[in-house]
Amino acid sequence: MKFGVVVFPGSNCDDDTVGVLQAMDQDVIKLWHKDTDLQGCDFIILPGGFSYGDYLRSGAIARFSPIMEKVIEHANNGGYLLGICNGFQVLVEAGLLPGVLLRNDFQKFVSKNIYLKTISNNALLTNGLDLNKAYKIPVAHADGRYFADAKTVQELINNDQILFKYCDKNGDISDETNLNGSIENIAGICNANRNVFGMMPHPERAADPMLGNIDGLEILQQIVGEILV
Amino acid sequence: MENQEVLPTVETAKKLGLLPEEFDKIKVILGRTPNFTELSIFSVMWSEHCSYKNSIVWLKTLPKDSPRMLAKAGEENAGVVDLGDGIGCAFKIESHNHPSALEPYQGAATGVGGINRDIFTMGARPIAQLNSLRFGNLDNPRTKWLVKGVVKGIGDYGNAFGIPTVGGEVYFDECYNINPLVNAFSAGILKAGKIASAISYGVGNPVFIVGSATGKDGIGGASFASEDISSKSSEKLPAVQVGDPFQEKLLLEASLEIIDADCVIGIQDMGAAGIICSTSEMSAKGEHGMEIDLSKVPTRQPNMKPFEILLSESQERMLIVVEKGKEHIAKKIFDKWDLNCEQIGVVTDSKRLRFYQDGELVADVPADDLVLGGGAPVYHREYREPAYFQEFKKFKIDSIADVSDKEEIKSVAKHLLSHPNIASKKWIAQQYDSTIGRANRNTNAPSDAAVVQVHGSEKSIVITVDCNSRYVNADPEEGCAIAVAEAARNITCAGGEPVAITNCLNFGNPYVPEVYWQFVGAIKGMKKSCEAFGTPVTGGNVSFYNQSSDEGPVFPTPTIGMLGLMEKPDNMMTLDFKEDGDLIYLIGENKNDINSSEYLYSYRKTKGSPAPYFDIEAEKSVQETVKNLILGKAIQSAHDISDGGLFVTLAESSMNRQLGFSIKSDVSLRQDAFLFGEAQSRVVVSVSGTQQETFEKIMSEANAPAKFLGKVTKENFVIDSETIMTCGSAIELYEGTLPSYLA
Amino acid sequence: MKFIAEIDVMPQKEILDPQGKAVKLGLHNLGIDAIDNVRIGRHITLEIDADSKALAGEQVEIACRKLLANLIMEEFSYEIKEA
Repeated sequence: MKFGVVVFPGSNCDDDTVGVLQAMDQDVIKLWHKDTDLQGCDFIILPGGFSYGDYLRSGAIARFSPIMEKVIEHANNGGYLLGICNGFQVLVEAGLLPGVLLRNDFQKFVSKNIYLKTISNNALLTNGLDLNKAYKIPVAHADGRYFADAKTVQELINNDQILFKYCDKNGDISDETNLNGSIENIAGICNANRNVFGMMPHPERAADPMLGNIDGLEILQQIVGEILV
Repeated sequence: MENQEVLPTVETAKKLGLLPEEFDKIKVILGRTPNFTELSIFSVMWSEHCSYKNSIVWLKTLPKDSPRMLAKAGEENAGVVDLGDGIGCAFKIESHNHPSALEPYQGAATGVGGINRDIFTMGARPIAQLNSLRFGNLDNPRTKWLVKGVVKGIGDYGNAFGIPTVGGEVYFDECYNINPLVNAFSAGILKAGKIASAISYGVGNPVFIVGSATGKDGIGGASFASEDISSKSSEKLPAVQVGDPFQEKLLLEASLEIIDADCVIGIQDMGAAGIICSTSEMSAKGEHGMEIDLSKVPTRQPNMKPFEILLSESQERMLIVVEKGKEHIAKKIFDKWDLNCEQIGVVTDSKRLRFYQDGELVADVPADDLVLGGGAPVYHREYREPAYFQEFKKFKIDSIADVSDKEEIKSVAKHLLSHPNIASKKWIAQQYDSTIGRANRNTNAPSDAAVVQVHGSEKSIVITVDCNSRYVNADPEEGCAIAVAEAARNITCAGGEPVAITNCLNFGNPYVPEVYWQFVGAIKGMKKSCEAFGTPVTGGNVSFYNQSSDEGPVFPTPTIGMLGLMEKPDNMMTLDFKEDGDLIYLIGENKNDINSSEYLYSYRKTKGSPAPYFDIEAEKSVQETVKNLILGKAIQSAHDISDGGLFVTLAESSMNRQLGFSIKSDVSLRQDAFLFGEAQSRVVVSVSGTQQETFEKIMSEANAPAKFLGKVTKENFVIDSETIMTCGSAIELYEGTLPSYLA
Repeated sequence: MKFIAEIDVMPQKEILDPQGKAVKLGLHNLGIDAIDNVRIGRHITLEIDADSKALAGEQVEIACRKLLANLIMEEFSYEIKEA
């Protein structure tokens, strides 16, 4: 399993993502946005950050980077692809995942620990996660309010594409535990083919015992565990 | 040189902020009357901001040596200390007060940009930021506008730039109504042998300008004066500079890449005074000169005049002197990052700066005469003790009635927990990305100072910004000594070892003798405390003129940014109580003192009193003791007593895990002094049952006293068997205050 | 009478527009090279009750100066038509 972390101008979680994968003893390289070769990577990650300053719309400009042509091809051929935070925003702009990510309902950037509930185990990213556990994961975004029209949301539900929802520390999902006004408390989804994943929270920031929280590591380990079997 | 223009007179010099004697001095240096471009060069380089002319005499008295120093104060853009194992840490604090008062969002944003450039221009990758913010009365609509703008500006810039903001302080007082203070701190990590220097030498080496194009930013003063000798500019000048964190992020990566590519002679960021500052400081340091063609500088608008290009403070730019023959390396790196990279000149052996535009020599000045330590003027300013100082000293504690009963204690407790100076700053902190970089060790474990892991090593840096300006106003010398001591105490309580400081000296007009007296006093106090704690001053900045005509100067505010080192990860100590039943002790001594406390100032509304009790030797003993308790694994938590006194400290230690406390008060002291006094050198620790023996053993050999206060409990805050409030209601007050003003 | 105001708020010409600059870079990366000087502002429409177009204009002028534009950095223009 070879990971490729795409670096757009303005990406700023690329080092964090690479660092965690290395700590997990994974083979990982950075892919430059101007390149057009995925260098044999099996699993592509679009990291967090402010690609092109998040100007115009978050993710809108990065989506047209040269590397994205290959990334889209990779995904359409069934290759694995994960977008975290800004990476998720790029994936919806690129049309690889349905919906959009709007400004948080309270109109401000938010950086804090939140709790995530796993909604479906039917994806590589969530395969072995505990459906009853509230995973404590940091968020850091201004444009994280997931929105899709009613028909699309119904499809997401019907196809079991909702992977994570915002909840409280007891795992309860309600309007009060909805971090940013996302429809259905959605924090992470996958595509219908279940090979493209997007999530707003940052599992890579909760993956080091030194920081007192490894809930994010559990999530990232799903990727590796599944493939190694 | 062609003199197609009328030469400026002393009147123009005065408009540029120069004194008549400075104008004369310039004529002597040049051996002729300067042209306008040259005069404007001197005016910015001899401004307080660049030359420290009104402060350097006193700044030089501060200690700046320690075995850990890799770059001392004044040597580079920021101080660098050796953390061991080949790791260096560059850190600095800087003000952006005046721009933030005008346009809080952009003012604060560009302040964050500027301080980070100071760090990465040295080859250090920033890993953590702090900020120290001071605003006026929060009931005031303008204050709310300033707070929201400044916070959003810091957040939007720092978040996109991608460096976590891990702590800071926010303080409100009416003295900052007109002049808010915005001080930004950044710390970065570099390889000890790889410090990039702000220097220029080697005849024929090319000089590059990289990053953003140059616009007419920050040249208002000079532009106004230029009307004396040329027609009024038809084009409007930008009133504010706009920060571009995206550009800064690219500039960071490109700069670190080129510094690593072994082709750089010297590199300096462009902040205040732009190209002229970087060319002169780098040349003076390297004892060389430069010939610069201003026509080659990428500009944002056409037809910029020489002085506009030279003085422009446009953001996100760097000047780099590259080894001749390696130009292609520089070009390649900056192309990769889609950044401008233009050769604008060469290094010469003349020690002069010669600027050309369209083939014509427009300015010819000696580099050394422009800079601090060279020809820039140095002044001894007059200072005089202000009348209020002795008035404050007359304060007697007996003039204030003690809290009469538990009901009044409850009301003071509520007042303090919901006072904006004490209440939770979460509303602000959550707008800053604090978890990026996966190095912030406080995300799940709060401590008195920020603890940030240095990747690739066992070490962490421990950083804090501190200054209680109410104390400094009451007594500049004692107050500033306390600011340093409190910073050291915070670092010690977090498990770090104080290493060095950077300072941001915010004062009023230095030409007012009473203001300058505050400055001198603060420096004396800083010196005393820095020597006591072995923390040299590595640099920082001076911001004078934080003063308005109608409201006078702000409180003297020498913000201390302190760097500490934690060698081993498990030396970290947190501030929160851990478990019901743990024992609570006070390390240090309670005093019958309410001087300059928040209680006296805002509850009793007595504004004039001396600084709180402070004894530097007792402080050292307390810190030494806390350090030994942490290393001996004898305590569960450590939290120092500061704003709001013992009660607030106990409350803060309780709230994180929603616990409570039950303590007995000291009958030998006034109740208000015991609970709300802010006498220094005190730390509250909690001890578990299994630690008690070790704790007692360490304390039996300690120089500082320990006093048993009581126990950690489930949820109530209890004093002498009476419940003052529940933890839940305390949290409501503490967390609810800032949102109630700002949401 | 009801009027509609079409308001444009733009960064002042002499002020750096980081957003426009990044969008230009994005367009160039897309191969649309001939584009230069991209500047990005906001378009605001609002309805207003007033006795005359001139009075509506006065209201809009105040709205722009006080809130819709930050005059330190932005400039505005508007058009008013009958609803």
